[in-house]
Formats: sequence, structure tokens, C-alpha cells
Amino acid sequence: MTTQTQTPPHTPVDPVRHEPGPRVAGGLFDPGQLLRSVPDAVRKLDPRVMAKSPVMFVVEIGSVLTTVLAVADPGDWFGWVIAAWLWLTVLFANLAEAVAEGRGKAQADTLRRAKTDTVARRRTGAGSEELVPGTDLRVGDLVVCEAGDVVPGDGDVVEGVASVDESAITGESAPVIRESGGDRSAVTGGTKVLSDRIVVRITARPGETFIDRMIALVEGAARQKTPNEIALNILLASLTVVFLLAVVTLQPFAVYAGAEQSLVVLAALLVCLIPTTIGALLSAIGIAGMDRLVQRNVLAMSGRAVEAAGDVSTLLLDKTGTITLGNRQAHAFLPVPGTGEAELADAAQLSSLADETPEGRSIVILATSRYGPRERGPGAPAQADWVPFTAQTRMSGVDTDGRQVRKGAAGAVAAWVRDRGGDVPDTVRDMADTVAESGGTPLLVAVADDRGARVLGVVHLKDVVKEGMRERFAELRRMGIRTVMITGDNAKTAKAIADEAGVDDFLAEATPEDKMALIKREQAGGKLVAMTGDGTNDAPALAQADVGVAMNTGTSAAKEAGNMVDLDSNPTKLIEIVEIGKQLLITRGALTTFSIANDVAKYFAIIPAMFAAAYPGLDRLNIMQLSSPESAILSAVVFNALVIVALVPLALRGVRYRPVSADRMLRRNIGVYGIGGLVAPFLGIKLIDLVVSLIPGIG
Amino acid sequence: MSPILADVLQVSALVAALALVHRPLGDYMAGVYAGKRHSRVERWIYRAVGADPDAQMRWPAYLRAVLAFSLAGVLFLYLLQRLQDRLPLSLGFAAISPDQAFNTAASFVANTNWQSYSGESAMGQLAQTGGLAVQNFVSAAVGMAVAVALIRGFARARTGELGNFWADLVRGTLRILLPMAAVAAVLLVACGAIQNFSGTQSVTTVTGQTQHLTGGAVASQEAIKDLGTNGGGYYNANSAHPFENPNGISNLLEIFLLLVIPFAMPRTFGRMVGSVRQGYAVVAAMAGIWLAGVVAVTWLEAAHPGTAAQLAGGAMEGKEQRFGEGASSLFAVSTTMTSTGSVNSFHDSFGGLSGGVLLSGMMIGEIAPGGVGSGLYGMLVMAVVAVFIAGLMVGRTPEYLGKKIGPREMKLAACYILVTPALVLTGTALAMATGNGESSMTNTGPHGFSEVLYAYTSASHNNGSAFAGFSANTGFHNTALGLCMLLGRFLPVVFVLALAGSLAGQRPVPASAGTLRTDKPLFTGVLVACIAIVAGLTFFPSLALGPLAEGLAA
Repeated sequence: MTTQTQTPPHTPVDPVRHEPGPRVAGGLFDPGQLLRSVPDAVRKLDPRVMAKSPVMFVVEIGSVLTTVLAVADPGDWFGWVIAAWLWLTVLFANLAEAVAEGRGKAQADTLRRAKTDTVARRRTGAGSEELVPGTDLRVGDLVVCEAGDVVPGDGDVVEGVASVDESAITGESAPVIRESGGDRSAVTGGTKVLSDRIVVRITARPGETFIDRMIALVEGAARQKTPNEIALNILLASLTVVFLLAVVTLQPFAVYAGAEQSLVVLAALLVCLIPTTIGALLSAIGIAGMDRLVQRNVLAMSGRAVEAAGDVSTLLLDKTGTITLGNRQAHAFLPVPGTGEAELADAAQLSSLADETPEGRSIVILATSRYGPRERGPGAPAQADWVPFTAQTRMSGVDTDGRQVRKGAAGAVAAWVRDRGGDVPDTVRDMADTVAESGGTPLLVAVADDRGARVLGVVHLKDVVKEGMRERFAELRRMGIRTVMITGDNAKTAKAIADEAGVDDFLAEATPEDKMALIKREQAGGKLVAMTGDGTNDAPALAQADVGVAMNTGTSAAKEAGNMVDLDSNPTKLIEIVEIGKQLLITRGALTTFSIANDVAKYFAIIPAMFAAAYPGLDRLNIMQLSSPESAILSAVVFNALVIVALVPLALRGVRYRPVSADRMLRRNIGVYGIGGLVAPFLGIKLIDLVVSLIPGIG
Repeated sequence: MSPILADVLQVSALVAALALVHRPLGDYMAGVYAGKRHSRVERWIYRAVGADPDAQMRWPAYLRAVLAFSLAGVLFLYLLQRLQDRLPLSLGFAAISPDQAFNTAASFVANTNWQSYSGESAMGQLAQTGGLAVQNFVSAAVGMAVAVALIRGFARARTGELGNFWADLVRGTLRILLPMAAVAAVLLVACGAIQNFSGTQSVTTVTGQTQHLTGGAVASQEAIKDLGTNGGGYYNANSAHPFENPNGISNLLEIFLLLVIPFAMPRTFGRMVGSVRQGYAVVAAMAGIWLAGVVAVTWLEAAHPGTAAQLAGGAMEGKEQRFGEGASSLFAVSTTMTSTGSVNSFHDSFGGLSGGVLLSGMMIGEIAPGGVGSGLYGMLVMAVVAVFIAGLMVGRTPEYLGKKIGPREMKLAACYILVTPALVLTGTALAMATGNGESSMTNTGPHGFSEVLYAYTSASHNNGSAFAGFSANTGFHNTALGLCMLLGRFLPVVFVLALAGSLAGQRPVPASAGTLRTDKPLFTGVLVACIAIVAGLTFFPSLALGPLAEGLAA
């Protein structure tokens, strides 16, 4: 598999991507990537680049030093071998970073292709149009786009409505509707208008458009070290200084002991001790973390936001589309006294056959599942006169011989019955009210035949909580994250849905101001808040939240205010974003622990090798029974270099993450990476020693 | 009673006594530092030094006060020694040489009490009681004040204020150290320690020779010597001298005094941050390391392979017959791990490996339980490092007690843990490279190296004990060790107070199920592992060339 095919944004949407599937997992790792990244890795040997990572910079200095020493004493094979392996250590570190960056580069290339030079039809003050290059556009310019045109820059539709192909950015091939006013007015430069004509007001200067920022992000050009990465770098740098001191001061002690050490051995000891494993992989971990988001079609505007996602303690989730399916569904048939439920269901189904709305379809499905497929006598539907649902009539139904059936909004159907001389009894109103109070929507089903017009009963439409949400919220609770449902519904309805979905709290009849106040209240208590939003009135809250994920379908104001954009516009993804943030931090911590724990074994390999000749008692520390001092030192250096390559896939993929409590997670990670880091090098070094000792002249 | 049973009973009694006072003393100290009222004596003192005890200090002001007070202490002690021959109560001793006077002044102000002089033959009563004993109180109180400032950094939110140094200093001295020392002195006198101003008495011994016995306020100095984890004895033989430490009971009492405040400070910490369980996690880490050290040294010394040692039931060279092997090992581990440095036996004579354990007790940073105050702040800095690594592994930006460990906090913690290893290693390397190390050794081979390593480890970590074979009174060592003591004390204080200021300014993050629990045994384990690995990795090569080379040779 090549980097080109890793769900880059231009490919048609991958059906698997939207499945819940494996939780947090990165792209697959391909060993071939290592080879392809070698030229980049070599380029990174430039000391100016290396200086950014203090640990690896020290290794590079050690490599130069040992090489100079080897050149000065060309007969010393040991010096040459150590020098070569130190260079390999540096190269492996660069390779890890290059591989991580390589994945982003492929995505950037496909984006660049979308950013072809466009010619814009700019409106002049006089009302006429002029043709200007897209790069000459300024903020506030009005441009006209018709079917077949590529939108020349980011902006808001101020006139008209059009279907737009956004696959260049989202990878989604289905066109989307963009119209002036409302929350679907934003268009992105590089997307293509498929039908109709719109006028766009440009909101971004050329070079600062969404697609430009996307390219910079996936390429890692805009990558800045995040606060936690800086803090970890400080810790690693201070450990490096400690070990530098320990090694530099060792020489006078060794001289006293009558065991003066060669500079090659001291350089080898230093490189083995400083935390090279995490030092080599740190930046790859950060890049891969951003990359995991990109693969989920989420663009984080800063690494800081990804890190903050791991710390989030309150999630604000919009009810519709996030917690519940976007549409209400039929839940129950409530017949009026004197009518059987089957009769009501039959009428409801018949009257909904011409209703193509999701609600209508759900009635058909419910009736079919409860009472089986309707027996349709041949010819009966043929004479039917279907009445489709419209927003004006708010009803649908069918007229057959002498029988009319209608289903629709309570007020509309009641009026229809009265018009036909029928009566709507109080019980019907009571039933409708009960449904409304429980958070549902009542629809009436009525029939007019030779017995007159009458109401048969009520269909209870209800918000349906997405499958698996309850479990997800329980997981979040175990992770220490509180979920708050935001809805415009009244408190009673909101509570019913909140209880069913298992969220911790809800905000009913929420206005943007309420949302803002809630965020500020949580933050005042020291909590970090994440939310999604798409409308312009969400923008202040998105900006205030610590993690604000704007939907790509939303307005440019919302996208500007948030610090992430979800190209799929799937609000549920907020949960995955939090998990990716956590996984990023865990990977850093796990590899740091592993790296430090590794040192214990290296001491047991190198110290006896250095000093057992002077103090034979120290040979007791050679618990690995390594064959010779040279082989011991070499094996430690080789292990130190190879472990970097071995851990590249883990750094890119991230450590396994499951939502459990902090205690359990810590116990597991200490077991795997702490104890594992302690034991693994004993085995690894011994194994390498067995191989090395076979080389004539060493063992 | 078998020696093993005796050792077990002795340690059990000690642990029981420490556990018994842990709560009341810790709570009392928390009350002292949180209190608002000033006693009359305290108000006089504040007026005399011109300090406003109610003014809140931010960390730079707090630090300035610590440094100014300590600098004044160094100058005062230096002059007191240099002018000894012209001041009263000198017992006729001459003025101390400049380098030794600097070394001693630095040593006592830094709460180290490294003694390059021999008490009974160099220091008069004014210098001992009016100078050194005073610093024994106030240098200890400074350590506690800094620890309390760090605790306030954790406990307070969105303020840079760390309390008032002068109030903390005066209260620590008058309300904690002075009354406890008074009680301890009386108990020591009851055990037989001397307390007089009778000067030197000359007696004729049974062999007809004349012996000069220097008297003085020994019991009172002994009490604060141990209680304030100072360690500077009235006599050169320190707690091995029968006037300082007459018998087994006084010995156990002295060990108790060494440990009582450092082991109670975590309770104060837990109280002040509003969760005593946080304090238990810290004290458990301290106690675990200390107990492991006691068991290791007692066992290693009892199992010493020499013929003479086996006949005596343990390695008795350099140990007092009054105390025996067990009580000497217990004292040795307690004094090295508390930054006290008083001794009741000669650490030089311990076996190679047990000498290594004593060295390690200091190398981990004097935090198990460490000096009064300094032990707690050292342990809390290590906890910050442990939280950082472990916290990442639970998928959150690391936080301790709700305070985030960001780049600034990490930088300060990293600087803190760099200071003492840098001093120990460069100090020892400089001494060895210049030949000054070898010329002061009594022994050759790895043991000789251990003497030098021990001296620089002890000074940099403000312990003050020595491998007695090492001749420290040379111009080079007096100066180098003096610098190690001052830098080893005050550089960490700078970083601790800056860290406290940074923490105090933060808004705490509320704990949730996703937060790393720092009040659980698991965290205590992580903390201990972190301490062992960081110190172990730093000092393993030097330990290999000293104690390990010696101990494994047998």
C-alpha cells in the first residue's frame, strides 16, 4: 500500500470510514515507507535541523566524534563499528520523523492539485463583471460562480443557491447545497459549482484560504511544539545533561581505578544512557497524532487543540444529529376507543405510503414490522389517488373508492376532519397532549368514508437515540468525562431523551447565550470543554470552548472560530477526537517510560565491560554473561539503535487505547512499558551478543 | 534475646513511636503555619527585625528574604569564628582559619553541619552555643518555611502569594523546634547526657595520664542537632561520644528525634492541601525507602564475611559496644537518609555494600524522609516528575493536586533534580582530577574513592556525615565542600520557591475518574521507582567504582 492510497481527501468516500469499527487506530504501517523515507532522513542530518531535538543532537555529536577518532586510528575496527552504529541511531530517528511526515506530504500533494489557478468573475461597482486571476481577489470582493466554475476563494454565498461538489476537500462525492443566508452559506475555494448560479463574498485572502491552511497542516509546516511536548523535551534534555555529567566525570574516577576509558567507549555509554528512544520518536508521535485526525477527516488548526482534547472533562453535544438520529420515528400506535390498533396501523401505513419523509417511512416500517406486510388486493392500489406530503398541507394520504385516509400534523388533520363534518373528541386532544409531554410528536390518523369523517388514533413519533450512544456515554464517564446534551426542546422532553441516552446533564431550550454561559461556568471550575457547532451563532461558543469542532457544512464564521474542522460534519466524532488526544499523550508517556527503563540493562552490560578488568568483582554485574567487553558495548549500542526502528510502527499507530479509568490504564501501561522496558533490553542485548560473538575476533 | 529479635523490636518500637506522633505533630505544624495570631514574643521579634508578619510575599520576595537571612547567618558565623580569640567564652581557643571558618559557616547555615573542625579542641562555648546551635534552629526553620511555601503553592489558587517568610521562620523556631528541643534536652539529660558551662576539666586516669574533658551545653545542642536534622556534634566523635549519647535508650531517642519532624511533614502537607491521603502516599514512599535501607544495612553488616566479624556476631569495627551492630546500622541509615549527618558509628568502617547503601540514601536526594522541610520539598519535586511521566500514561496533561505540570513547572523541577548530581559529580571529579582527592584518602583502592565520593555527596546533599578516614581540613576541600553545601542548599530553594509561585498562580483542575490518583499505593510505587531509577542511573557508574567494586570483590 502506498501513501497515496491512505484515504487521501480526493479519493471517493471509503464506506468503511464511517463505520464505528476499530476505535482509535491509525493507518497501517508499511515497511516500504521506511525505505522511501531514507533520502529525507539523510537530509535531516543537517545539524541545524538536529539541534531542535537535544537528545538526538548529542547522539550526532557523538557520531562525529567517534568517526573522527576512527579516522585517526583506522586500524581500530571497534571504533569504526561503534561510529557506524551511532550514525545509524541518528538516521533511524530521522527516519521515524520522515516516515511520519511522508504520510502528510502525500495528502498535501492531492490538495495542491485541487488548488489550480482559477479565473474569477468579479463584480465591479457598476454592476458589470470583470475577469481577474483568483490570486488577485481581496476580502469583500463579490464573485459570480455558475455551473462548472471552480469557486475562486473562500467566502459566503450572498445570493442564490447552488449544488457544490466539495470532494476535493471532504472526499465526499455527493454534492452539497450551498445557499445564501442561514448556516449553509459557506463555500470553500477549490470546490466546484455543479448547478445554478451563486454570488460569493470573498472572506479570505489568497494564500490564507482553508485549502492553504490544510496543506500547511498536513505537511507539518505549521507544526509547532505543543506545551506538553515542550515540557517533555525539557525533562529529556535535563536527563541528557545528567548523563552527560555522569559520563564526563567518569573518566577521572576511571583513571584513579587504573582503567582509563577510550573516548569511543565513553561516547557509546553516553548514547546508550540518554533517552534516545523517546528522543528519536517524539516528533513522529506528534505528527502521527495529527495525522490520525486527518485520516478521520478532522483538521486540527493546532497541535495544542489535539492535546487539549485529551484533557477535556466536559463534552457539550447537540441533541439532534449527535445523540439522536436527525429525524423522529414512529414509536407507537395509540387508537381512540372503539378502534383496534391493527386498524389504526393499517390506516397509518396506507396514508404514509405517499409520504417520502423519513417520518413517513418510519410509520410504514413500524406498521409492517408489527402487523406484517399489508395484504394488497390486486387493483386496490391501482385505483388509489395518492396525496403526497407537502409542507403546506402537512398531511399525506390516499383516496380510494369512497374512502379517504389522511395522516399528518395534529392541527391539520383535525381541521380536515371538521371540514368533512366529523368530530374530534377531547380524548384525541388528551392523547396528543400526553405524547407531546413525553417528548414525542403526535400525528393524527383520520379516515372519511361512508361512516363519516373521524379520527382513528394517534401515531407517537419519537426522537430515536442513536444505537450504542448509551454505552459510549458510560465509557466517557469511566474516563472522567461529563456529557451535557444541548437541545432547543423544553425541559420535559429534554429530560426524557437525556435519561434514555444516559447523558449526565442537559441544557434545555438552549440559546447561544445559554451555551456560552455554560461553557464559562465549566471553565471557571477549571474544566476543559469541548463542543461542536455549525451555525454563525455558535461561533462565540466555539471560540470560547477549549476544543471547538466546527462542521464543514457550517458557516465560515463557525469554521473560523473553532480550532478543528470536521470535514464529514459528523458531530459524534467529538468522542473520537478526545480519544485521539488521549492516545497521543499516552504514547508519549509510554515510550518515555520504556526509554528510561531500558537504561538499567544497558548499565549491566556496559559497566562490567568497562571496569571488570580493573575490579574483577564487578564481573558479577555481568548478569547477562555477555561474551566480551567489546561485544557487550557493541550489543548495547546496536540494541539502542534497533529499538528505535522496532518502535516506529507503535509511534505512528499510537499505543492501544481503551476507555477505562485512570487507575486501570496506569497499571496496564506501567506493566507493559515500564516492566517491559526493564526486561526487554536484557533479552535483546543478550540475543545481539550471541550473534555478535559469532563474528570472528569479537567473541 | 537474639540480636535479630532485638533489632526487630527496636525498629518496631521506633516505627510505632513515629506513627503515634505523626498525626498530632503533623496537624499541630499545619496549625502553626496556618495560624493568624502572633504571640507577644513574636511581635517583639518582628518589630526588632522590622518585618510585617501579615504581609503576603510572592515567590521572589520570599526567596529574597530566605537568601538575605541566610547570607547574614553566614557572615555572622564567619566573624564569630574569625574573632573567637578576642571574644569571651572562647575556652582559650584560637581564631579559626579563613577557609575553615567559611566552610563551617556555610555548613551550619546550609543545615549540613559538615564539621571540618574538631568540636572539643577548636570551638569555644560562644561559638558552639551562641553561633552554631542558633543556626541549628534557624537553618532548620528555613527549610521548613520553604517546604510550607511549596505546600501553599499547591494549596492556593490563582494567587502568587506564598505566605510570609519571617512569620514562617519565627513560628517554626519558637512554636515547633524550641519547645520540642527543650523536652528532648531534658530527656537526654535524664538519660545521662551532660549539660553544664564548666569548661575543661582535667582528670588523672587510672594509668596516671591526664585527660582533658571539655564540658558544655551538650544535651541542649544534641537535642536540636538531631531534631533539626543538623548533625553537628559538640564533640568530634558526635553521637558515638558517651557525653552526647550515653546509652541504648538515648540512642533510640536520638534516632526518633532525627526522624520525627521529617516523617510528620507529609501530614502537614496533607492537612494544608486538604487531603490527608495525599500526605499518606508521600509518607509511604519515604518510609518504604527508609525501611528498605535499614533492613539492607542491618543484614549486610550482620552477614559481614570477615572472621572477626563473624565471631563478634557482626561487623563491629568502628561501632560502639554500647549500641551494637543493629542500633548502629539503624542510626547510620536514619542519619544519612535525613540529611542529619550525626553518627554513632563510623561509616568508613561499614562494609563496601552497606557503605553503598548509606551513600545511596543521600544520592536519592535526601528525601526519605530527608531533612526537616527539605525532605518534603525534595520529595514533592520528585512527585512532580513522577506525576509527569505517569500522568501522560493515563492520557491527560499531567497534573498534581489539580495543578498542571506544564513547561515552566517541568523546567523548574528539572533544574532542581540537576543541581545535586551536578555538584556531587563535578566536585568529586575535580577532586580526583587535581589529586586533592587522593591526597586526603586514608585508604587506597575503591574504598579510598568512596571516601571522596562520600564527602562530596554528603556536602552537596547537606547531610554532613563523613567517611571518617577522609581528611577534609585542607584549603581545597574546605572551599570546594563549602561551595557544594551552599549551592546544594540554596539553588534548590530558588527552584522550589519559583515552582511554588508558578503553582500558586494556577487555577486547579477538578479531579475526575480520568485523573491520575496520587493518593493511592500505585502512585507511591511509581514515585519510589522514579526516585530509584533517576538516582540509580545518575550514580551507578560512580557507585560501581567505589562501594560496588569493594563489596563485590569479597
